[in-house]
Amino acid sequence: MHVIGLDAATADPESGSPGAGDGRLDRFEALLAAGETIEPRDWMPDGYRRMLLRQIAQHAHSEIIGMQPEGAWLTRAPSLHRKSVLLAKVQDEAGHGLYLYAAAETLGVDRAELLDALHRGRQRYAATFNHAALTWADTGAVAWLTDGAAVVNQAPLCHTSYGPYGRAMRRVCQEEAFHVRQGYDLMRALCEGTPAQREMAQDAVNRWWLPAVALMFGPPDTVVPGADQGTAAFGARVSRQAIAWGIKRHTNDELRQRFVDHCVPQAERLGLTLPDPGIRWNEERGHYDFGPIDWDTYREALGDDTHIARQRLAHRIAAHEDGAWVREAAAAYAAREEAR
Amino acid sequence: MSEAEGRGVSGAEGALASWEVFLRPRRGLAHLHVGSVRAADPDMALERARDLYTRRGDPLSLWVVRSAAVYASSPAERDPFFSGARHKPYRYPEHFAPLTEGGDRHD
Repeated sequence: MHVIGLDAATADPESGSPGAGDGRLDRFEALLAAGETIEPRDWMPDGYRRMLLRQIAQHAHSEIIGMQPEGAWLTRAPSLHRKSVLLAKVQDEAGHGLYLYAAAETLGVDRAELLDALHRGRQRYAATFNHAALTWADTGAVAWLTDGAAVVNQAPLCHTSYGPYGRAMRRVCQEEAFHVRQGYDLMRALCEGTPAQREMAQDAVNRWWLPAVALMFGPPDTVVPGADQGTAAFGARVSRQAIAWGIKRHTNDELRQRFVDHCVPQAERLGLTLPDPGIRWNEERGHYDFGPIDWDTYREALGDDTHIARQRLAHRIAAHEDGAWVREAAAAYAAREEAR
Repeated sequence: MSEAEGRGVSGAEGALASWEVFLRPRRGLAHLHVGSVRAADPDMALERARDLYTRRGDPLSLWVVRSAAVYASSPAERDPFFSGARHKPYRYPEHFAPLTEGGDRHD
């Protein structure tokens, strides 16, 4: 799954770089203008490198933290089939994290540094995963909605300007469609089941809809008058730069609209209600309208300091520390073999 | 690190060595570079490459090579090393007149 999170908005879009004066910047711009990819050995502006690093790292962290809500249901899946499917899905998320850490490393960092930044709270992951998966239906809702949102985000990133990121994303995208489909299939099974199962499915959608719409696409970046005008203006500036550099292809708000347009008919087929009374077809726009998102509430409710956020990070750190002896043993074994 | 950039990998504490992964995904294809893994030794690298790059399909074979062992051409783009390939339009059939009237496809 992928997120351009709230944190991305703090990237500094206008940074000068040493070396910009000697024609290297022109060559960089020319490559972008020609639709060519930027590769690790190419010169690139510091701002471009920083924006990429922030986005790829946050994306990678989201993949591995995102394993937790669903992973917690592996031992409680209702059948062997559902368990095998969920295991395959969670395994994919680990793999996606690894593809992305490898892509980030081409920008001159080490994955150990990135994990350290995650563990110390210096880099973020998608706040979507600071929600708990309370019932089995949540595993379906997460896959259908959160991964569904990720697909909308990721498809254009397959053509992002930075080569290693685009190649990682193409690999991710090939696998992500399975995630969404199995989630939808799980929800359909519940919707066709007993009234209690149906209710469980509706309850899960009630809790996961807004996190998917709000948090998987990042902050607003279309300026309209209102309470979020300031945030949106800043978001718009960051998005403009990201689009100019070919890192992103669409604004957060365009992708958010695309996601809502996909989901409304899917929910109708399931017979589920999306928890937004503002959703209705707008003939004039050719899109579904949906209710405004209360960004301030979101930022309050989903800081790093919520109970689940602390739990997610503590679990991640414990997994890392519990694995230390394995890494040490592997290194010791390798050293002994090499000495032979 | 990925992409066979050949950067030495010791760096951060506890970081395992980097290995480039080559996969023969099916008959008729060569081993293709698919990415990289971190591992302490070759067997571990093979297992991690299997877990990461062959979760689907019917793969035939995997190679792993220490990233540091990749000997690459100079990092500069437009490397003069490759200059021999440029400015030789006569290496292409289109440089010459087609053998049949109206087309250069089937001659």
